[in-house]
Amino acid sequence: MEIIMAFVCGFLFMSAIYLILSRSLLRIIIGTGLLSHGAHLLIITMGGFGGNNPPVLADGVTEYVDPLPQALILTAIVISFGVTAFFLVLAYRSYQELKTDDMTQMKGSEDHE
Amino acid sequence: MKVNNVILQFTAKIVFFIIFFFAIHIFFAGHYTPGGGFVGGLVTASAIVLLIIAFDLNTVQRLLPINYVYLVAIGLILALGTAAISMFVDQPFFTHFFDYFYLPLFGKTSLHTAALFDLGVYLVVVGVTMTIIQTIGDDE
Amino acid sequence: MNNFLLLPIIIPFFFAMILMFGQKNLKYQRITTILGLIISIICAFALLFNVKENGPQSLTLGSWPVPFGITMVSDMVSALLVLTTLLITFFIVWYGFGSIGKERERFFYYPGVMFILTGVNGAFTTGDIFNLFVFFEVLLMASYLLIVLGGEKAQLRESIKYILVNVISSALFVITVAYLYSVVGTLNMADISVKITEINQPGIVTVIAVLFLLVFGMKAAIFPLYFWLPNAYAAPPIPVLALFGALLTKVGVYAIMRTYTLFFTHDLAFTHELLLVLAILTIIAGSIGALAHFDVKQIIIYNIVIAVGVILFGVAQMNEVGLEGAVFYLIHDMIIKAALFMLIGIVIYVTGTTNLKKMGGLMKNYPSLGWFYLIAALGLAGVPPLSGFIGKLLIIQGGFQAGNTWSSIFILASSIVVLLSVIRIFIYAFWGEQGQVSNNINKTTFNIMFFPTVLLVFISILYGVGTEFIVPFMDDAAKVLSDPSIYTDAVLKGGN
Repeated sequence: MEIIMAFVCGFLFMSAIYLILSRSLLRIIIGTGLLSHGAHLLIITMGGFGGNNPPVLADGVTEYVDPLPQALILTAIVISFGVTAFFLVLAYRSYQELKTDDMTQMKGSEDHE
Repeated sequence: MKVNNVILQFTAKIVFFIIFFFAIHIFFAGHYTPGGGFVGGLVTASAIVLLIIAFDLNTVQRLLPINYVYLVAIGLILALGTAAISMFVDQPFFTHFFDYFYLPLFGKTSLHTAALFDLGVYLVVVGVTMTIIQTIGDDE
Repeated sequence: MNNFLLLPIIIPFFFAMILMFGQKNLKYQRITTILGLIISIICAFALLFNVKENGPQSLTLGSWPVPFGITMVSDMVSALLVLTTLLITFFIVWYGFGSIGKERERFFYYPGVMFILTGVNGAFTTGDIFNLFVFFEVLLMASYLLIVLGGEKAQLRESIKYILVNVISSALFVITVAYLYSVVGTLNMADISVKITEINQPGIVTVIAVLFLLVFGMKAAIFPLYFWLPNAYAAPPIPVLALFGALLTKVGVYAIMRTYTLFFTHDLAFTHELLLVLAILTIIAGSIGALAHFDVKQIIIYNIVIAVGVILFGVAQMNEVGLEGAVFYLIHDMIIKAALFMLIGIVIYVTGTTNLKKMGGLMKNYPSLGWFYLIAALGLAGVPPLSGFIGKLLIIQGGFQAGNTWSSIFILASSIVVLLSVIRIFIYAFWGEQGQVSNNINKTTFNIMFFPTVLLVFISILYGVGTEFIVPFMDDAAKVLSDPSIYTDAVLKGGN
């Protein structure tokens, strides 16, 4: 299971890096989303896969999965949700202002010497 | 662009309430089982988004005249206030309290301050999501 | 159990929320912000003296037993940093009344500042590594808002890069915490320290140490990772720039300082040697930038990079003298950077340009501005008895003690470059022929900007001259950093 997860995380990171290195702003944002998904999967893998029951109060259950990584992921998901949403709004605003979503046209600053 | 989408508008009006009540169910389910304020908030926001798709932003704004930024602030104050209650009774910050009460109609019910905190989270999530959607959808 | 240490975090948070109401009412916004800052500063002072008297304070949220809940710890280092943060923000907000512009003031500028304070103070106070990530995100979200506020073209362009860099570094942070959790099985910083000592830091922990250096180094702008800083910081208006320059990189420096003195103390030959080399490279890179530019903003921004190098050099020595110097210099740098940014903000206001070559002859009309700039510049370079001197002296002394003779001499020499880079502004802008002058200088605005700046420069002078009164606090801070057991005992035994 850990091996499969390692491959899945690796694949997500790979796609994320490919997308982040592309020129279109929207692809970059999707890339950051994939990057955080990869990181979240990594947390759950690092927490270990012991126990087959959800860590929720119930009778007759003795083997729980570790609830801490799940709490961490929930927090991280909420944060990446907020950041991605902000990033999307910003991308839209800058597309309106700068009339481009091409990163190569956004580099440097014209008032530099 | 004027489109006549009667079916969508008629269905949306009904489905809105179904989704909204489902969101409330999820919110209260979060007390002991999976669910809670964050998911409930997202589902509620999706219900409002459905209305926006069926009608348009201004109509929905007339229907639900809510300033979503204030909603975020109220939610945050509620969450922080719940967490801070314990400071006044000399317990560490974020300590929650619960007890069982006999309420009319409901019978024996457990009331937990965590539910208030969750309500704060719910309001924040609805507020943030709707603020973002309004910002992007504004100038069309 | 001591809820008091949370107040410098909760009060700005609470005021941020009430500031979200009444965006259009300027008077309400300003008065509420100042009120919130004053209350927070009083609490921070009380906390500082409490920590001085009773040692490090800790609180585990939600009445959980100690290593399981989120712990907040206020030791001398964090208490000092929290107080400095609040003081600087107070002056910057005051300064902003004149220069930030009403448009921004009416659009969530003040809630943004208060949220950034929540994040910065939280990051300084937390004792839980994942909670550190959460507070980092709080301050980053607020900084995203502030950097883009106003929506000028340059701001939009630079903030996209700023956000992208920070999103990637946040993802790396999460990954690093996941690795650390899988090795030690805990997130409480004191507990991590104890567990790593028990297993005597195997190779994997050293890898995690380097990953942490990467994550925090991206925020602190150390050598290979500072590329995003100069352009991103130059985009927002001066008060926001001063806030960022004084606080944000310092949070990264604090995090490196904390993790490298608390967790990774068993393989000094690798981790701290790496830190030392990177610190020196950072100073070189910053010096080149500071000397190369003719843009006043860029010169001071590159000086942030130099200062980060100097502080981390002190941390890399890993002896009490070096660490005391690092804390001393860290707080000095926060104050003096804010003051310098505010001063050049006034210079930009009266000349209407950021280009040094177009300025000149300001001494004739603004003599007091010139002299205060000179004092601040000399303080930055560390001329005795001004505030930079004692910190740098202790850092270099620590370097000699640790046997790094040549690199210590190099740090000493770097002061000359710093002095040259900031004196260049003095010579070009204040001396010589009359240069470009802005047409619309409002005397009241100038005064609103000038008074808080002067007060901040005075504080920096006091910080240098009154070293005697500050040294006892710094001694405590250095003790906590150089001996992790004080910190871990305060959390694991003294907590509840």
